[in-house]
Amino acid sequence: MAIHIKGGRVIDPGHCDGMFDLYIENGKILKMVTPGAAPKDMSVDQVIDATGMLVLPGLIDMHVHLRDPGFEYKESIETGCRAAVHGGFTAVCAMPNTRPVNDNRQVTEYMIRMANQAGFARVYPAAAISVGSKGQALSEYGDLKDAGAVALTDDGLPVENGQMMRRALEYAKGFNLPIISHCEDMSLAAGGCMNEGVVATRLGLPGIPNISESIMVMRDIGLCELTGGRLHIAHVSTEESVQAIRDAKKRGVPVTAETAPHYFTLTEAAIVDFDTHAKMNPPLRTEKDRAAICQGLADGTLDVIATDHAPHSPLEKNVEFNMAANGIIGLETALPLSLKLVTDGVLTLDAMIRKMTINPASILGIPTGIREGGIADITIIDPDREYILKADELYSKSRNTPFDGWTMRGKALYTLVNGRVVYKEPS
Amino acid sequence: MQLRKKDILDIESLTVDEINLILDTAEGMKEISERPIKKVPTLRGKTIILFFHEPSTRTKVSFDIAAKRLSADCISISASSSSMVKGETLIDTARNLEAMNPDIIVMRHSSGGAPNLMARHVKASVINGGDGMHAHPTQALLDLMSAREKLGDLGGKRIAIIGDIAHSRVARSNAVGFSKMGAHVVFSGPPTMIPKGVETYGADVTYDMDEAIRGADIIMMLRIQKERQENFLFSTVREYSRYYGLSEKRVNMAKKDVLIMHPGPMNRGVEISEAVADGPYSIILEQVTNGVALRMALFYLLAGGSRDGDTH
Repeated sequence: MAIHIKGGRVIDPGHCDGMFDLYIENGKILKMVTPGAAPKDMSVDQVIDATGMLVLPGLIDMHVHLRDPGFEYKESIETGCRAAVHGGFTAVCAMPNTRPVNDNRQVTEYMIRMANQAGFARVYPAAAISVGSKGQALSEYGDLKDAGAVALTDDGLPVENGQMMRRALEYAKGFNLPIISHCEDMSLAAGGCMNEGVVATRLGLPGIPNISESIMVMRDIGLCELTGGRLHIAHVSTEESVQAIRDAKKRGVPVTAETAPHYFTLTEAAIVDFDTHAKMNPPLRTEKDRAAICQGLADGTLDVIATDHAPHSPLEKNVEFNMAANGIIGLETALPLSLKLVTDGVLTLDAMIRKMTINPASILGIPTGIREGGIADITIIDPDREYILKADELYSKSRNTPFDGWTMRGKALYTLVNGRVVYKEPS
Repeated sequence: MQLRKKDILDIESLTVDEINLILDTAEGMKEISERPIKKVPTLRGKTIILFFHEPSTRTKVSFDIAAKRLSADCISISASSSSMVKGETLIDTARNLEAMNPDIIVMRHSSGGAPNLMARHVKASVINGGDGMHAHPTQALLDLMSAREKLGDLGGKRIAIIGDIAHSRVARSNAVGFSKMGAHVVFSGPPTMIPKGVETYGADVTYDMDEAIRGADIIMMLRIQKERQENFLFSTVREYSRYYGLSEKRVNMAKKDVLIMHPGPMNRGVEISEAVADGPYSIILEQVTNGVALRMALFYLLAGGSRDGDTH
């Protein structure tokens, strides 16, 4: 099955940006030529007309909860991977807070096997830092890496014990695995259910202060300096965290960081009439924080845009606000929300693409790029396609998004994984 | 004039005219409770459900009496007797209650916003009887009624609200209500009990209780919950009482004929001294009496047929 992608603008940050035709066969990019210069002796089975479109390395989402095994009523590996390719993602990094927790080879292998069977996006599991993510004993990092894990995290729960975090960073260094840290001081979060501030005060809801995140960011940066381990800060939401990471990078600390589209798009003001679709952890913050997140993305402090895709059923969301589960789905809204940063002049197109392709790939050590001979994971997008997002029409099994009914601009029209079209936008 | 509202969830969503209508109606209701036969047929055939998911004595009894004096059929459900202990969700409970066609559901719940959730799923009127730390609109309305009765127009009057502002739905609803009626609200309490962004209520904040009550027309004391000690919000009851308790000496710093209010239940000797609680300036029991009239007024305005006009 040979595919010819013609007439598109091919952007692979740091490598190329221009009009090229791509010829794909056997999962690889066979040829990358100037438009019209057809390679000899090649019979093409499918021609994709990408005129006016952007042809990008497949988008990578390094922070996704696929809920499988254990919570398949919220999402399965199959539905999550379908949602991914619908949103333009060709690879996702699956968080380990499944049931059982992904702290062992069997679960890691299961995730990869199920993703291969489904045949949509690639799944790269992140395994647990500690057994059961309980913060008491280290899991078997070597065995997990051997099984296919690309990172370690107890995401959803912070590593509260400083000594364990130190040892995790050191021990992971031996296997060249990054530690992804969910930064939260639970005693300062104090059972809060939204950002501490004016809106929480008016609604009478217990608040979570910025410091509950940033103080742990600072601790982990200190431990990263001490150990020389590889630290990646998950879902940054506050101005103080951005500042701490910026300062650390200036000192040469090998820390990387991500934020999610909701943190640069929304603020706590989205919690209208106790809407649980605006409830997540860390919580939506203030306009000042949102602006700082944008600044952090612009100046490179924040390396990655990741969704923290967190599917929940109405059982967890259609309840009293303080009892509702944290998190929103993100795979199918991240691309247009990130493109808006380009429209708004926060990021260049090149920088946005980096944060959704080569930056997460380099942190996780996974393949990316558009090169002759390289893997054919490709996303073709129309950055100007406008549509109204309808939660009911999404591929994810869950519907928990605050963006239902929003006018979105930018859509993946074709998603190719391993040289196969795994998503095609209906015309 | 009619009250064109389905629900009473908070004070924010009431206009000054609506508040005045409710208070005027409540004043008219007071007399019913003073008759030898304390019952009028106004709401005969109407069904009111008291859904109390959090313990309450005073508020529940007040709503219950108010319903009965208007001849409504009033049914009580508490947390322990509801299916929610069997794992039923609030929305399912709402749908089941709705299926029995009640006219009004009064709801108290430990989660802020729970009555909003209920109101979105039922056609019946929902009255918030206190939700989490969010709002307690009927308490604020009866407090406004009690203050207005004594002082007339509340414009320019100074009300000091003292205590754990952060955890108090009464403080929130009263701050909004008294501000709306033109009064000047001053909060006082230890800094640990003053929430972030409290200035958006248009209220002043001082950690010095004496400063708060100097020149006050009304002093409203809030109940201090002793379990807050565990969250490091204050040191000891002894020290709290010394710095934030209302003594006779402190009462003398306020305006002559100051009104002393407390939403109850009181901790005598902690936030309020015995002498002040039972003293000449205290209108604490009048608040309770007015509570019945105020709740009768709300039932009447929501279910008394006045809303039929705009539902057709």
